[in-house]
Amino acid sequence: MRAAMPAEARVGHPEPGEPMLSVEGIALRFGGVQALAGVEFTIYAGEICAIIGPNGAGKTSMLNVLNGAYQPSEGTITFKGRTRRKMHPRVAAMEGMARTFQNVALFKGMSTLDNVMAGRNLKMHSNFVACLLPVGPSRAEEARHRAYADEVISFLEIEDIRNVPVGRLPYGLQKRVELARALAAEPDLLLLDEPMTGMNRSEKAEMCRFVLETKARFGTTMALIEHDMSVVMELSDHIIVLDYGRKIADGTPEEVRNDQTVIDAYLGVATEDDA
Amino acid sequence: MIVLSYFNDLYGTFFATRSRTINTVFVTVISLLALFAVPTLANEYWLQAILIPFLVFALAALGLNLLTGFAGQLSLGTGGFMAVGAYAAFKMTTAWPEMDIIAIFFISGFFAAGVGILFGLPSLRIKGFYLAVATLAAQFFLIWLFNRVPWFYNDNPSGTITAPPRTFAGVMVTGPEAAAEVRYLVALVLLAVFVFFSWNLMRSRFGRAWMAVRDMDVAAEIVGIPLLRTKLLAFGVSSYLCGVAGALFVFLYLGSAETIAFDVNVSFLVLFMIIVGGLGSIAGSIIGAAFITILPIFLTNLNPILGIDLAVDIAKHIEVIIFGGLIIVILILEPHGIARLIAITRERLRI
Ligand SMILES: Nc1ncnc2c1ncn2[C@@H]1O[C@H](COP(=O)(O)OP(=O)(O)OP(=O)(O)O)[C@@H](O)[C@H]1O
Ligand SMILES: [Mg+2]
Repeated sequence: MRAAMPAEARVGHPEPGEPMLSVEGIALRFGGVQALAGVEFTIYAGEICAIIGPNGAGKTSMLNVLNGAYQPSEGTITFKGRTRRKMHPRVAAMEGMARTFQNVALFKGMSTLDNVMAGRNLKMHSNFVACLLPVGPSRAEEARHRAYADEVISFLEIEDIRNVPVGRLPYGLQKRVELARALAAEPDLLLLDEPMTGMNRSEKAEMCRFVLETKARFGTTMALIEHDMSVVMELSDHIIVLDYGRKIADGTPEEVRNDQTVIDAYLGVATEDDA
Repeated sequence: MIVLSYFNDLYGTFFATRSRTINTVFVTVISLLALFAVPTLANEYWLQAILIPFLVFALAALGLNLLTGFAGQLSLGTGGFMAVGAYAAFKMTTAWPEMDIIAIFFISGFFAAGVGILFGLPSLRIKGFYLAVATLAAQFFLIWLFNRVPWFYNDNPSGTITAPPRTFAGVMVTGPEAAAEVRYLVALVLLAVFVFFSWNLMRSRFGRAWMAVRDMDVAAEIVGIPLLRTKLLAFGVSSYLCGVAGALFVFLYLGSAETIAFDVNVSFLVLFMIIVGGLGSIAGSIIGAAFITILPIFLTNLNPILGIDLAVDIAKHIEVIIFGGLIIVILILEPHGIARLIAITRERLRI
């Protein structure tokens, strides 16, 4: 079906290996700080792309530019074949981008289930009047999406905390609920900002498993920021290295590991970090 | 802000998921009592002075709680929005005397909703205390407007609006001849209808969007929730309920009113109710309204019962002190309000 369509129709759905998202000449300033300068890279459909670099390198800023939380002063963002000067968070969500935050941004007063359901809100269309009633189309829609949310919840093995307000959960579990909320949106591109920080070794291992299973099961393209090099090497197909707001390397894990600039700028530091 | 960060995550004590059957039984029993036993048992004084204002304020508290407790938008404009409903109902009943009074109650809320949405517009840019100040401005502006423009009170030289005698299905609902039982039942049924709708709404995508905006608006936006539209809907629905409450306040309780009936004290009173009852809890709105309207009356009657003979003014002061003290005690015991207090007690007792 898809192969028979003209190229135009395929724009929305890059095949594995085709560009999912690419940026060109991205620049971003905060007062005197040049957070990003002339950054360009491409993330290909189906891959896990790690974005690494020392603290303050501009990794989080880059994710914020990708999903429109920040607006770059220069450059373009091309997502699924559409080129823009800037993104908007809601537009990004509508076009299939989901993300998690470095410091967990959950809805703390809401249960795990409600957080995950919130991740599906763009797929729900019941009108206001229908939602006033305890029966009818809005309840049917609600039940359908709750079934999907429960699938995500059991996929991430957080059934036990399904009805617990997430504000009461330990940090490690909150990170997992945040991933669940992002997955509930069935994104094409998932941006993960340090999904494993603050976790112990076994929690990290579990999180790695979930990331790999997500890729295997849903084929989700992922951009992942992570400081732990063993995790990065285990998970990623492609690594982008930022330093002082500039891209200093871009390639396969093998290439990046042996890149002298990267070793000088970051990898030396990273081993100290791990200690 | 401290208050705003403490929110009830449950939909309410009555509606906690823990034991559905007990909740259903409880709600059914209360409803049956309220519908049949109360009107026959309660005397005129109880209905007129206690139960009707309680129901009216419960509706206003429900309205404010949807906005502040669920959607996280602090408002001090409740009195103003109630006034819009009351004046809209007054203009409609006098302009179209044959119009059904219940329909007028329902329609009057839409005027308040429109005004509420208008004054909710700044909420995209400002939050918390600053938004509260903006809504306070709405409060003062609306009261000023209704005082200033004689058209709103039909050029009545006394400046008051009076509920004309109107019927519903042949029964006198408003005006001096309307029986207290009838007015009570109308208020009760309307409150029940709006509680029912609100409860469903809060369990839908809209309720979740409101709570998401309340808990973390940045994250709400990245999951695709439109911030302005969501906040404005909250302002609209909230003001709608406050508007209907305002119309009922004049038409079922006061009989006639001036703008002073809707001054800023009313806004604070209703805010008080939802804080004491439980922010983000539908049951808490009702419990809070009951607490704030009924407790002072109970305290007034305490003196004669205990046989203490105090000068009237001293007794009044002591009442206020006890009232304030009790509220502080409750909030120290449980900052999430009485609804949460009940929920926790029930959890301990496993009922
Ligand atoms: N909202 C902001 N306002 C001002 N400066 C900012 C803002 N966000 C980021 N910066 C600055 O931009 C630079 C890059 O920050 P960023 O958070 O993107 O780094 P990072 O690579 O994610 O670091 P980390 O590994 O510590 O998370 C830093 O100098 C930071 O201080
Ligand atoms: Mg960062």
